[in-house]
Amino acid sequence: MNRAGTVAWNTFREAVRDRVLYNLVFFALLMMAAAILVGQISIGIESLVIVSLGLSAISIIGLLMAVFIGVGLVYKEMDKRTLYALLAKPIQRWEFLLGKFAGLLLTLTVNTAAMALGLFAALLYVRHSFEPSDAIVLIAAYFILLKLAIIVALALLFSCFTTPLLAILFTAGIYVTGLFVQDIRGFGNITGSAALDHLAVWVSYLLPNFENFNAIAAAAHAQPIPGLLIAQNTLYAAVYCAIALVAASAIFSRRNLK
Amino acid sequence: MKPQPFHSDAHAPSHFIDADDILHKNVPMQDAAIEIEGLTKDYPVGFLLAKKRRSLDDLTMQVLPAEVFGFLGPNGAGKSTTIKLLMGLIFPTAGTARILGRPISDVRMHKDIGYLPEQPYFYDYLTAAELLDYFARFHDLTAADRRERIDRMLKKVGLDGARKIQLRKYSKGMLQRVGIAQAILHDPQVVILDEPMSGLDPIGRREVRDIILELKCNGRTVMFSTHILSDAEMICDRVGVIVGGKLRGVGRLDELVGVKVQGMEVLFELSRELPAIANPLLQKASRTGNRFRLEVPEEELYSVMEKLRGAGARILSVTQLKPTLEDYFLHLIAADQAQASAVEVSGK
Amino acid sequence: MNGRRSIAAILLFVMLGFTSAWRLQLGIDRQLTSIHQEKNDLLFRSGRLIKLLSLEYGTFLADVYWTRAVQYYGDKRSRHDDNFELLSPLLDLTTTLDPELLVAYRFGGVFLAQASPAGAGRPDLAVALIRRGIAANPDYWRLYEDLGFIYYWDLRDYHKASEAFLEGSKNPHALVWMKVMAAKIAQEGRSRETSLFLWRQIYDSTQDPAMRENALHQMEMLKVEQDLEQLDELLFEFEQRYARLPSGWAELVSMGILAGNPVDPRRVPYVLDSSGKVRLSPASPLARNPLHTPSRQ
Repeated sequence: MNRAGTVAWNTFREAVRDRVLYNLVFFALLMMAAAILVGQISIGIESLVIVSLGLSAISIIGLLMAVFIGVGLVYKEMDKRTLYALLAKPIQRWEFLLGKFAGLLLTLTVNTAAMALGLFAALLYVRHSFEPSDAIVLIAAYFILLKLAIIVALALLFSCFTTPLLAILFTAGIYVTGLFVQDIRGFGNITGSAALDHLAVWVSYLLPNFENFNAIAAAAHAQPIPGLLIAQNTLYAAVYCAIALVAASAIFSRRNLK
Repeated sequence: MKPQPFHSDAHAPSHFIDADDILHKNVPMQDAAIEIEGLTKDYPVGFLLAKKRRSLDDLTMQVLPAEVFGFLGPNGAGKSTTIKLLMGLIFPTAGTARILGRPISDVRMHKDIGYLPEQPYFYDYLTAAELLDYFARFHDLTAADRRERIDRMLKKVGLDGARKIQLRKYSKGMLQRVGIAQAILHDPQVVILDEPMSGLDPIGRREVRDIILELKCNGRTVMFSTHILSDAEMICDRVGVIVGGKLRGVGRLDELVGVKVQGMEVLFELSRELPAIANPLLQKASRTGNRFRLEVPEEELYSVMEKLRGAGARILSVTQLKPTLEDYFLHLIAADQAQASAVEVSGK
Repeated sequence: MNGRRSIAAILLFVMLGFTSAWRLQLGIDRQLTSIHQEKNDLLFRSGRLIKLLSLEYGTFLADVYWTRAVQYYGDKRSRHDDNFELLSPLLDLTTTLDPELLVAYRFGGVFLAQASPAGAGRPDLAVALIRRGIAANPDYWRLYEDLGFIYYWDLRDYHKASEAFLEGSKNPHALVWMKVMAAKIAQEGRSRETSLFLWRQIYDSTQDPAMRENALHQMEMLKVEQDLEQLDELLFEFEQRYARLPSGWAELVSMGILAGNPVDPRRVPYVLDSSGKVRLSPASPLARNPLHTPSRQ
């Protein structure tokens, strides 16, 4: 486990030195512009706009990072052959994968936390005060992070056995379909075919339901989120991450490096 | 691709290389550091990956403790494949192998092994010191221990001055040195090096040879692959020669190549035409400008030299003809080619 | 030296490039306006499609469409264009993407229902919008107020108006007057007192500047209505008493009938014309942006 931690820390260090965190500059500029302009454009709903814009940006930027860096985690090391010397050390392949996953997740956590801070700064500028309901924004950001964890695990899984481009497409594909799980579930009723109905229901429960983690509307409208949901979502994300990582380990442990 | 001979005028009369009974001098030793048995690797090739290309065929070989073992062969013979199989980077189609008595599937035994990959590439955003520290952390060393070893290694491979420079700025030779450093940092019992001399200048190669000999002095086992025969000749105790995926010969250098003197080589210079009496001699000699090279059996040496003296030739050198590793090597390749074309014809 | 000269040349070229692009753009803009090409198009009309495409970001996209809706309305008003055909689709998209964006329902409730030139003149669309808002936000009692108001003010259906106010009054958060209003409208129908009160409610309960300005203007026009009625009565009595019309306000002031020149809510004196009618002064800002002709009830 220690060895996975070593890999994780190095993965984080690589992201930092690759200037991945510079995306925060872009986000900061976006929030500043929004904070300054929102008073003129959307009077009366300033907080709402800042929160929905900020959380949407956190989600999209996080997704881009999770997908693009995620598929590169294993592929880059295999392609550049840096993996050879590493696997010659007393480290299991699954420890390596876990470390890569944890490292990118750490990067995303730092990134999301920094962006949440930026969002609060913009809120403070616009509203000149904090309210207890602002905590909901934090929860929404946490949900986004949970969602990103699943995405990273999926990207890692796909990158173990396909090319980077295909891995990106598959991961993005699961993300998009994962948002419409409810619709898929109800899809079977429309077709009228019992077999299709069963299939639709099965698929809808197999796919990760990303709508679970969408609390942007709730945060924007300051609607409270029940504590039980937070616990359930955390577990849900953990389960899906575990499934993806175990599958990735199984595949990667048998893979011949080139 | 048929390998080209290394020198245009070398001819290795096959009568003095007797490879056949040497091939099976694979005496299984109880405490071999590395034991390979029947190791085979097939790669799927072709459309739909239906066909198989056998890159390693039934390799059986040992590396003894505290010896330097040279693993030789032309490019594409299967040297790297064998080493990658040993290190668990690829998985065998058939056969087994053990290092220090433990199966290659057991990753834990990597703590006693050092490995240098072929044409190594490391994380280019790290410095040499950071890379060594990163790798060292997998070996359960204390922080102070790590620091001390890293300092020592960097000095040993001559990179102490460049320790704070990011690896992206390193030359090929410098990367090779870092590679060696990370391979021996944790003082492993067995060191496996894949083409350790590649990319190094003659000074670098000498330094690597010295490191390998030092490891041997400390009782470590070293196995390295190379296609530079002179390096192998200089430091190996035993060698194994692999051609076309098959092991062609293995054993002690002197056993494989033989020490029997096969004759004498006379180099002489003639500035003018010899009288007819010496002509038969000249016809047997090979000529470059005014210089001649003549091979004579040992017992005829002095009579030939008399004749040359009489003809006014100037003797440049007289050397014993001993078979070299290169000769042995080329002989094996030629044999493999003959076999390969026979196989092609038979359509297998 | 060559390096510096080439950099200077490149910079000069880039500057020239941008300058010419800017001039070209001005020319293109002129061309476009001369063709009266209005950006009057909405790429997506289907709320459901847009909701599908918006993935998780519907809330933010709703804000974008809301902003467009507000700008669309303001733009039309500033150009005295009374064609508001895109207002309803824009508000539909907004509320489909974020069903809880209450201000969008309220905005639509006022400006879709209101007669031209200040609104789209489609109270039916307004009612539909508000009803969707109520379905998505059953706890927000003000939407019942807005619904009731549309029935009262634009549709003049006092029965339905009273029903709406009554329904809204059932909400525990609703203010007491909702119940009172339900009864009052059921009994009296339209009255200036009720109208003033309800517009005041709208004015106080929103921060949207367009809605506030509109409500303020409505209240001012109601005040004008009231003033004109009272002044008419005054003049009628004067005529009865003196068998002639007064020469001007000054006469009435000097006679002590009026305390001072009667002014409208913007402090512009009303005009007494030669035929003895009182009117809003054309110089008054209220006259410049007429919502409707003040009716004398």
